[in-house]
Amino acid sequence: MNEYALIMRHEDGTKVASPEQMQAWMKQTMDWIGGIAAQNKFVSGTGLPFDEAKVVRHSKVVTNGPFGDIKETIGGFIIVRAESADEAAEFAKECPVLQGEGNTVEVRKIAKNDNIH
Amino acid sequence: MQQQELIPHLFRTEFGRITAVLCKLFGFDNVSVAEDIASETFLAALNTWPYKGIPENPQAWLYAVAKNKAKNSLSRNQLFKEKVSPAIQAEHPAEDVMEIDLTDRNISDSQLQMLFAVCHPSIPPEAQIGLALRILCGFGIDEIAHAFLSNKETINKRLFRAKEKLRTEHIKLEFPAESELNTRLQNVLTTLYLLFSEGYYSETENEILRKDLCEEAMRLTKMLIDYTLTNKPEVNALFALMCFQASRFAARKDKNGEVMLYDDQDESMWDKQLITIGVTHLGMAAQGSYLSKYHLEASIAYWHTIKADTPEKWENILHLYNHLLSIEYSPVAALNRTYALAKVKGKEAAIIEAEKLNLSNNPFYHTLLGELYKDIDLLKAKGHLINALHLAKTDTDKKTIYAKIEAL
Repeated sequence: MNEYALIMRHEDGTKVASPEQMQAWMKQTMDWIGGIAAQNKFVSGTGLPFDEAKVVRHSKVVTNGPFGDIKETIGGFIIVRAESADEAAEFAKECPVLQGEGNTVEVRKIAKNDNIH
Repeated sequence: MQQQELIPHLFRTEFGRITAVLCKLFGFDNVSVAEDIASETFLAALNTWPYKGIPENPQAWLYAVAKNKAKNSLSRNQLFKEKVSPAIQAEHPAEDVMEIDLTDRNISDSQLQMLFAVCHPSIPPEAQIGLALRILCGFGIDEIAHAFLSNKETINKRLFRAKEKLRTEHIKLEFPAESELNTRLQNVLTTLYLLFSEGYYSETENEILRKDLCEEAMRLTKMLIDYTLTNKPEVNALFALMCFQASRFAARKDKNGEVMLYDDQDESMWDKQLITIGVTHLGMAAQGSYLSKYHLEASIAYWHTIKADTPEKWENILHLYNHLLSIEYSPVAALNRTYALAKVKGKEAAIIEAEKLNLSNNPFYHTLLGELYKDIDLLKAKGHLINALHLAKTDTDKKTIYAKIEAL
């Protein structure tokens, strides 16, 4: 069994949602995670709040907020257990973030500490 | 009265107290001596009281006899002379040696320390429960064997090995250091949780025994709450959970002793007072930032004290199970979550998630699917219930599943 990170990307992090919408998404996300956890495939995960976010650039200039010229941002990630990247992708398909057009979930294998990866 | 009732009741409460105090005095190497003295004390009561009447203050009588027996033991027994007495004398100055402190304070301190010792991580969980039942709750070997659906020999062996472990690991009767207290407390809570579950879900037919197990688990948990350093939010949460579960104890069986499932229970038989106590402790648990699994399970149990099916109830339960599963997976929680999901999102949605659970060797998995398919696909429902019947391990479960098949 491998571990995969499911990274939730928002196409436009500057979009403002209503509190009701946000609450609905939160609920859906918890149900999504609960469904994975019920299969004993959930490892860990976290949301990444935008508050106090900073971007540090090559010149070591620090700017507030992840959004500058690029609007795309990461909303959070979870780590799941799966036999294959395909199985992990099946979990990703159910991710509520995908209800937003242009949003994506990136599936990435977690490197094992086995001196090979 | 009622000698037959009084003595076992006293035995239960006083055995653990006397054993803990004596053990503290004699050291763990002599836990059996402490147990023997406690047993002999009760034997003396049994041989005296029926003929001379029950003393006005039975507890004081027992303590006086136990003290005498302990003193005699100390001075007479060869082993004591050689091994135990010097150790005690080294620790206690001359005249103190014979002072056996049976004050309330020392009793509860000794019992708490005993609880921490018994729940030491080096002792396997099943043995921890056995030891707790024997040393702290005064259960007989027969009763423990009965509760575990095992035999005397196995239990004796298990307890013997556990006591050996207490010796070889040099486990002391003392409170863990404050830095260690939290980790050790988690172990204690796990054991108390198992002890309660053993009573609540035990297969033994003996209702009184099962109730005693639950009550003892609650008594020991309450002891932790009454001690300042262990009066933590998660301890209150565990106690609340126990109160909510125990409130349904009487309603779980019908007049003929048959199991009544939650949906069929007469809620007027639920113990309202216990529910109120549970709510109070759940309130006390709502402090600090650490959310334990006991908080989540207690909150789930709280929602079950409200019988009416409301969308609010099941949304909350689903949410709590989501959270619980992300902290700690268990098949039971996974199945219960799916049941809650069916209540919130409908059976079709729940079936899709249920079939992903990968629990096809679990009878309750098939019972759940049988329930979910009932109004959708009768054939599949029956298939699952028949699978469940084959996989069920206990007569009670088989009966319940059989009734469901009949009702299709």
